[in-house]
Amino acid sequence: MSDFEPKIVAFCCNWCSYAGADLAGVSRFQYPPNARIVRVMCSGRVEPQFILRAFELGADGVLVAGCHIGDCHYVSGNEKAQKKIEATKDLIDQLGIGSTRLRLEWISASEGSKFAETMKDFIEHLKGLGPNPLREASG
Amino acid sequence: MSEIKKLIDETGAFDCVECGKCTSVCPVAKVDTKFAPRLIVVKALEGVDTNLAQEKEMWSCTTCEICNKMCPYKVDFTGFIQGLRSQAHDAGNFPVLSQAGAVQTMQRIMARGSKQNRLGWLTPDLRVKEKGDVFFFTGCAVQLGTIYYDRAVELRQTPASIVKILNSAGIEPVVSNDEVCCGHDLIWTGEEDLFIKLMDRNVETIKRSGAKTVVFSCPECMRTFEVDYQEFLGDFDFELKHISEYIMELVGEGKMHFNKGDSKVTYHDSCRLGRHLGIYDSPRELLDEIGLELVEMPNSREKSACCGVNAFANCSEISKKLQHDRIVEAIETGAQAMLTFCPKCVVHFNCLLNSPKSMTENEKLKIVVREFGNAIAERLQEGG
Repeated sequence: MSDFEPKIVAFCCNWCSYAGADLAGVSRFQYPPNARIVRVMCSGRVEPQFILRAFELGADGVLVAGCHIGDCHYVSGNEKAQKKIEATKDLIDQLGIGSTRLRLEWISASEGSKFAETMKDFIEHLKGLGPNPLREASG
Repeated sequence: MSEIKKLIDETGAFDCVECGKCTSVCPVAKVDTKFAPRLIVVKALEGVDTNLAQEKEMWSCTTCEICNKMCPYKVDFTGFIQGLRSQAHDAGNFPVLSQAGAVQTMQRIMARGSKQNRLGWLTPDLRVKEKGDVFFFTGCAVQLGTIYYDRAVELRQTPASIVKILNSAGIEPVVSNDEVCCGHDLIWTGEEDLFIKLMDRNVETIKRSGAKTVVFSCPECMRTFEVDYQEFLGDFDFELKHISEYIMELVGEGKMHFNKGDSKVTYHDSCRLGRHLGIYDSPRELLDEIGLELVEMPNSREKSACCGVNAFANCSEISKKLQHDRIVEAIETGAQAMLTFCPKCVVHFNCLLNSPKSMTENEKLKIVVREFGNAIAERLQEGG
């Protein structure tokens, strides 16, 4: 499995985590380039369907990142995200994808190093799990 | 056009005399002036609109089949819509799906055939087998309860409730981790290829279990097996039974006893169980058996009103209006709860009851919409 490079779809909120990813970039923190970042206005915008669709299309992991609880630009969007992600984790477990392929992290605009660390850690974890089981199951 | 001609032949649409009975009873046409079942059939018959597959209107049909029941010439309008949707899908005409299409995506993922983990609800006190005479087809109640955690979380209990009921009569049903969604929502949104994959997998799983009877709680799964699967595969050599019929048989044999309740409830005939399958009496007998007083709504049995959405397609203001009217009907009976077997009706009505401005808070408190199976399990006599 050493040559397996997991593909990650990362949904980052506009106000905190996307800026956090930006900071990781301008600060030259090194992290592997496995993630495709999708900017959303709020982590609460990420619906279960976005996550299911990412897995259906072959993503090995999905990261949803938003502002810390209490810091949401829209007051409580991240609290909604928390509930949705919890339910979605349960759902992808039932579908056999495995709930640890989905992560929710709070990363503020000043936490560039946390962003890089989260990515490294998630990629290591996914390398241990191997590819998304749906990739091999063609029907 | 030849495909449309074939569809006209198959569904008896050629017999249409344009009387407009279908449009006058259609719940959608009452609210949406642009939608008329008759118009769609007439357009197809006269070949006026060569681009029928591009019409957006067909996705508004709730496929509740009240038009079929009222049609004096027995035109299968719902079957016509089903066929038309399949053509529409091929032509790139898609509906707007609820939850951005999460339920359909879930079904497509299941059609891939990777190993699932769907029996998490099975607690150690429930007795089930791997092979046996009775197969319990659980359906997607748990998954729906997970997606709609904010309004229909009780659906997560449904399969466990049904197994508990069967266990109390000494029956250990087969439940399988290899079961997949019946494909109901896929065939009603036109994805026939994937539907066939799901169908083949389910039928194989049931055959492998050696079951002689398949028990359903979900009316949609049962309709899909009874009508759509048998249309593709011919008659099955196993029997299909709804849980309400099956329980009444067991009660008749003296195998099951219930604690009598004393509350007033009303029963919502879901379209799949009622008009599509003709099962009206056994749920009512069952209510009598568990000692709940049934107060009928004005629109019941063949005339039952619709929950407003089919296959999670085109949920709109019109759907909300239909749900609102039905809930008002239920409140007016004075019942404390509205029971129904269909998990989607539970989702849709609770969606209305959870929307902030749909009704006054005071009105909302007057009724709860519950899944029937869970209500039965609560009345089971221990050791009965």
